[in-house]
Amino acid sequence: MDQDTAILVSDLRKEFVLPQHKHTSFKQVFVNLGKRNKKTKQRALSGVSFEVKKGDFFGVVGRNGSGKSTLLKILAGVYSPTVGSVSVNGSLTPFIELGVGFNPELSGRDNVFLNGALLGFNRKEMSVMYQDIVEFAELEKFMDQKLKNYSSGMQVRLAFSISIRAKSDILLLDEVLAVGDAAFQQKCYSHFEELKRQKKTVVFVSHDMNAVRRFCNKAIYIDGGKLTHSGVPSEIADVYVEDNMESSRQNEATQEGPELSKKHKLTVKLSAQTNDTVTLHFSYKSEEKDKMYIGISVIREGISIAEINTSSGKPLKRSGRATYSLDVSPLNAGVYSIGAGLFRSKNGELLSVTKNKAQFIVKGSDPIRGAALKLADTWKYE
Amino acid sequence: MRMRYFTKRNRAILREMVSSDFKVRYQGSALGYLWSLLRPLLMFSVLYVVFVYIFKLNRGVAHYPAYLLLGIVLWNFFFETTTLGMTSVVDRGDLIRKISIPRYLVVVSSSAAALINLSLNLLVVLFFALINGVTPQMSWLWMIPLLIELFFLSSTVAFFLAALFVKFRDARYVWEVILQAGFYGTPILYSLSLVSKELYQNLLLMNPVAQIMQDARYNVVTKTTVTGWSNMSFRFAVLPIVAVVIVGILSIFYFKKQSKYFAENI
Repeated sequence: MDQDTAILVSDLRKEFVLPQHKHTSFKQVFVNLGKRNKKTKQRALSGVSFEVKKGDFFGVVGRNGSGKSTLLKILAGVYSPTVGSVSVNGSLTPFIELGVGFNPELSGRDNVFLNGALLGFNRKEMSVMYQDIVEFAELEKFMDQKLKNYSSGMQVRLAFSISIRAKSDILLLDEVLAVGDAAFQQKCYSHFEELKRQKKTVVFVSHDMNAVRRFCNKAIYIDGGKLTHSGVPSEIADVYVEDNMESSRQNEATQEGPELSKKHKLTVKLSAQTNDTVTLHFSYKSEEKDKMYIGISVIREGISIAEINTSSGKPLKRSGRATYSLDVSPLNAGVYSIGAGLFRSKNGELLSVTKNKAQFIVKGSDPIRGAALKLADTWKYE
Repeated sequence: MRMRYFTKRNRAILREMVSSDFKVRYQGSALGYLWSLLRPLLMFSVLYVVFVYIFKLNRGVAHYPAYLLLGIVLWNFFFETTTLGMTSVVDRGDLIRKISIPRYLVVVSSSAAALINLSLNLLVVLFFALINGVTPQMSWLWMIPLLIELFFLSSTVAFFLAALFVKFRDARYVWEVILQAGFYGTPILYSLSLVSKELYQNLLLMNPVAQIMQDARYNVVTKTTVTGWSNMSFRFAVLPIVAVVIVGILSIFYFKKQSKYFAENI
C-alpha cells in the first residue's frame, strides 16, 4: 500500500445469510435436522473497490438500502467482509453513529467517561478534557442528571462534543447532520471546516448533497450494493439527485393530488431542458365560461422561490395548450419542481391544480452557493 | 498481524464497563455498594444456621461452617461468571453492532465483575473462618494458583457459552439444568467423606470445580478433607487440570472464530 493511502478497499463483497427459519433454539435445529435448510443470501455489497488518500474528505452517497452503512461498518471493523479486503493505514475512530454506548441509567458525567473510553481515553485524560466537553455541549447544569432525562437534542450535543475529541487519523461519519437543530448543524459544519484545515482523512456518508458538495473532494455513488460512479462530488451529487427524482416521479404517477373539481383539468409536462432553459408543456380543459390564467410556482426543497402568472397576458378560454420556457441561469445547482394552478381571471379563484409537478435539475459545480438564486450583483471596493 | 490485548484503550473500556455495571446495579438503593458485602454476610448467616443447627451435616468435618462457606463462594463465582458471561455479548448488542471493540472485552468485563464479588465474598469467609477458629497458615498461599485455575475455567466456559448464546438462545436453559446438576454433583453442601465408595469419590473429583474446591478446603480449612491427590495417583489426580486447559483452549478458539460474525448474528 502506498504511503499516502489511508484506506484501500479491493473487490469487497458482503453477504448476509438470512435463514428461512432462524435457528435460535435447539429444538428448531433438531426438528430441521433432516431437512435441508433453505437459506437466502442477501448480497449487501459486491465488487466494491476504491481508494481513499490521506487528507481526503471522501463522500459516500447512495439511496436508502444501497449498502452505504454496511460499507462503513466493514471499514470500521464491525462486520467482516465475505470476500475481498480492506486495508486501513492509521488509526480509525470507532464511532460511526453518535451516542453509541450511552447508558440511559447513568449520569451525563459517567457517560462522558464511558464514551471517552470507547475512543481510547483513560480517566486521567478524560478529566482534563471534561470541562471543555461539557462547555461545548452547553450542558453544565445537567451533568449529574441521568441521561434518560435528557432531551434527544441534549444527548446528541453531548455525544458530538465527545466524539470531536477523537485523535485518530481517519474519521468515519454517518448521517451526523440528520439530527440536531440549525445551530447544531452550524457547529458540525465549522467542525468539518476545522477537519479540512487539519487535513484529516474523513469518510462521510450523507444524504445532504449540499454538505457533500461543500466539504468533499471526492465521492462515490453506491447503488444496489455496487459502486456505480466515482469522481467529483458535484457530479456524484447530481447522480444521486437524478436517481431520487426518477423514483419520486414514479411515485407521483400513482399518487392522487388534491382535486378541486372535475370540471377543470390542468397538466404539466417537462418537454425539454438545455443548460440554460427549461421548457414545459401545459394543457388545460375547463367547462368554465369565464376567462382564466395559469399561475406557476417554482419550488425548491418544498419552498416556493418564485411565482409567475399569466393574468397580464392573453386570457385563456375553455381548453388549449401552452408552452412555457424558463431561463434557469439565475438558479444554483439543485432540484427544482414546478407546480401550476388554473385561476379564474375575474376574482382569482383557484379552479384546478396540476396533479403532478414537473421536476428538473440544475447542475453546477460551484460548491459555495447553497441557496437557490444567483443574484446579479456587483462589488465595489474602496 | 500483531495482537495487542492490553492496549490503553482496552484497559479504559474494561474499567468503564465494570464501573458502570456496578453503578447501575446499586442505583436507587439506600445502602448502595455496601450491599455487595452485606448480601453475602446475611446469606451466609442463614446457611450457617440452617446447616450447623438444623441439618447438622457437620459430622466429622472440622470447622464445618468455614468449610461450607468456602465451597459456596467458589461455586457462586463459577455460577455467576458463566451465567453473566453467557448473556454478556447479547446484552451489549447495541455496542457490538455499532462499534468495533474487541469482543472478548465484553465477556472479560462480566468476569471481572464476578471476580470483584468473589473477593468481597472471600473477605466474609475469612471473617467466618477466624470466628470459627481456623488458624492462618502458609498453605493459604495455595489459594492463589487455585483461584487462577478457577478464574481461567469459569471465564473460558463463559467465552464458549457467550458465543453459543448468540446463535442459540435456549443455551441459557440447558446451562441452567447443567448448573443445577453440577450443584449436587459437586461436594458443596456435603462432605466427600460421606460418599461411600472411593471410586465414586474419585469420579466426583474429576469435576474441575470439585477439585479446586477440595484443594482449597484442604489448604485453608482442614487437612482432613478428601482431595484427588490423597485418593489417586498423580496421573489421575492431574486430569481435572488437564481438562481445564483443554476446555479453555477450545473455548477461546471457538469464541475467536465466531466473534467475527457477532455483529450480524445478534
